[in-house]
Amino acid sequence: MDSALIPEGVKRCSFKKFAIWIGVLTIPTLWGIYAALLCWGKALNQTNLNDNFPFGFWIVADLGVIALGAGAFFTGFLRYILKIEELKNIVNFAVVIGVICYASALGILGIDVGQPLRAWFIFWHANVHSMLTEVAFCITCYFIVLCIEYLPLVLENRRIDAYRFFHFLSHRFHQAMPAIAAIGVFLSFFHQGSLGGVPGVLYGRPFAYRSGFLVWPWTFFLFILSAIACGPCFTLLITWITEKITRKQLVKKSVKETLAKIAGWLLASYIVLKIIDTIYWASSMAPRVGINFKSFYANQPYGIWVLITEIGILGIIPAIILITKQGRSNSALLILASFLNCAGIFMNRWIMTVQTLAVPVMPFDKFASYHPNWQEWATTLLPVWIGAMVISLSYRYLPVFPQERELNPA
Amino acid sequence: MKDIHSEEKTYKFGMVIDLDKCTGCGACMVACMAENNVSFRADETDKLRSITWMRVYKMTNGLPFPDTEVCYIPRPCMHCEGSGHHRPAPCIAVCPATATDRDHETGIVSQVYTRCFGCRYCMAACPYHARYFNWWDPKWPKGMEKYLNPDVSPRMRGVVEKCSFCYHRFQRAKNKAYAEGRREIREDEYQTACAQACPAGAITFGDLNNPQHAVYKLKNSPNAFRILEKLGTNPKVYYLSTKEWVRRGVDHYLEEEAQD
Repeated sequence: MDSALIPEGVKRCSFKKFAIWIGVLTIPTLWGIYAALLCWGKALNQTNLNDNFPFGFWIVADLGVIALGAGAFFTGFLRYILKIEELKNIVNFAVVIGVICYASALGILGIDVGQPLRAWFIFWHANVHSMLTEVAFCITCYFIVLCIEYLPLVLENRRIDAYRFFHFLSHRFHQAMPAIAAIGVFLSFFHQGSLGGVPGVLYGRPFAYRSGFLVWPWTFFLFILSAIACGPCFTLLITWITEKITRKQLVKKSVKETLAKIAGWLLASYIVLKIIDTIYWASSMAPRVGINFKSFYANQPYGIWVLITEIGILGIIPAIILITKQGRSNSALLILASFLNCAGIFMNRWIMTVQTLAVPVMPFDKFASYHPNWQEWATTLLPVWIGAMVISLSYRYLPVFPQERELNPA
Repeated sequence: MKDIHSEEKTYKFGMVIDLDKCTGCGACMVACMAENNVSFRADETDKLRSITWMRVYKMTNGLPFPDTEVCYIPRPCMHCEGSGHHRPAPCIAVCPATATDRDHETGIVSQVYTRCFGCRYCMAACPYHARYFNWWDPKWPKGMEKYLNPDVSPRMRGVVEKCSFCYHRFQRAKNKAYAEGRREIREDEYQTACAQACPAGAITFGDLNNPQHAVYKLKNSPNAFRILEKLGTNPKVYYLSTKEWVRRGVDHYLEEEAQD
């Protein structure tokens, strides 16, 4: 039925099967849309957020998906700026994942703010000293850049490419790609860092507050490094899931290993700096305001296990796997390490957001706990289902994986 | 460039709360809610979603009976000064839409409800929990809308609100002084609702920079202190207590740190 749209020389499932798959994804999507409508229609009392936890699962998800989406700009940087040619075989997919991640972040923010119709005030009445302003500007600009990076891929669809104009346009886009990638890299470094600045500048919250360089707290740099360490791993993880679902190898192992090696060394560097940061924070910054850092971990579920899990299990272990040749050449270990890496970064974002708010600052204040309710889960998972649809459509109709034909001869 | 504010009389309004006098009756909270059209719900059991611009906290000395002592701590917005241009109040620094700012004339930290788009970053930044989000649209019991204060705009859902040191009262006092040909307002002309309502006279309000105002002398008392001073938020709300455990109980101290 849709065979004319499918790239040449590759095999795809029947349209019926594909339609059923999309139909299955539609069910949880509708659930998420319903939850979003509740939040917009009845206000944010529909969530488990409260005055102690003005930030919750949504902000964690925002910080998380933007870090996971860093694979797009960083792979683009490696491919177009550092000219690692091999990565041309995965950069398209990294862009698709990036578009989904950034669209998700913007969508979730659209539900998270109390007055979504006024969201443009962030641009109109911008406070240039606020980290959130920097985040908003850079994310919006970078999302546009991502769309421009995704566009040539769409133009390469068999039917669209048949038109001379679109073929020519696509060619021009490809020529401009290094410049576009450079803009993306510039914007991404800033907003990944600003996202780290969001908790890092809160000098009223000693758990999150960090000193730093000029106007940027150390978390600014840690967030950049952690994002470029986990972004490529998320690309590998989604590639692996796509390969499992399609039952095909789509990217050569050598390409994955190259990306894994780079991510591994970045993760190792991040973990070393994170440990230094933690030691400095615990031994100098917290005592300066009269706090023994152990008191930050006095209330369950935020015990000291949080620190050990984040840095040890979800940091050091995947870093060791990824930087050793034996580790990353073992497919199962590579995927495990990628998963742990991504989970670690997500956990870090949770800690910097939710645990920051959970730790009482006034000594006579009480500890309060927070967990997301179904509306928050449904809306946060909404991008997962929509993302799966976008990946499915892209995979079916666009030449996302240049090595697919070679790896899967008809 | 000429400073457009250089001709203006400036104040630094602040508060001194004597905790030895406070009985924890909550009259300040009630007065504040009535004065500022603070919305409430039929069921207010969820205190993490109750809007209380002025909130009375309870602190104990942690000793068992019969040595137990209790102290009540009324907590309005601290109207933090921060420490200079590069480090303003925690909330001002972070608001992406400039919906909260420091008024150059009074030192009061403002909140522009019509500009706030409800990102709640300021709430995350405030260590005093002085900022509240409107989780619901305000719903007044039938007939009560007639008793709302016409000088204060009610807030809609999805925006953050907080204590304004009854700023509308300052505006009223300023208008009166202007009509009478005066440049300055008198101490008794501008008082917050909580200060006037306190039956124990525990709350004193005025210009912290004016030696003629009571707060000027009180804040220099050896028993004066502020909550979480070490963070550097530089609040304009001071407290008084003759009890050391109270003075020490509002901030963090390492075990080895000497008693004050």
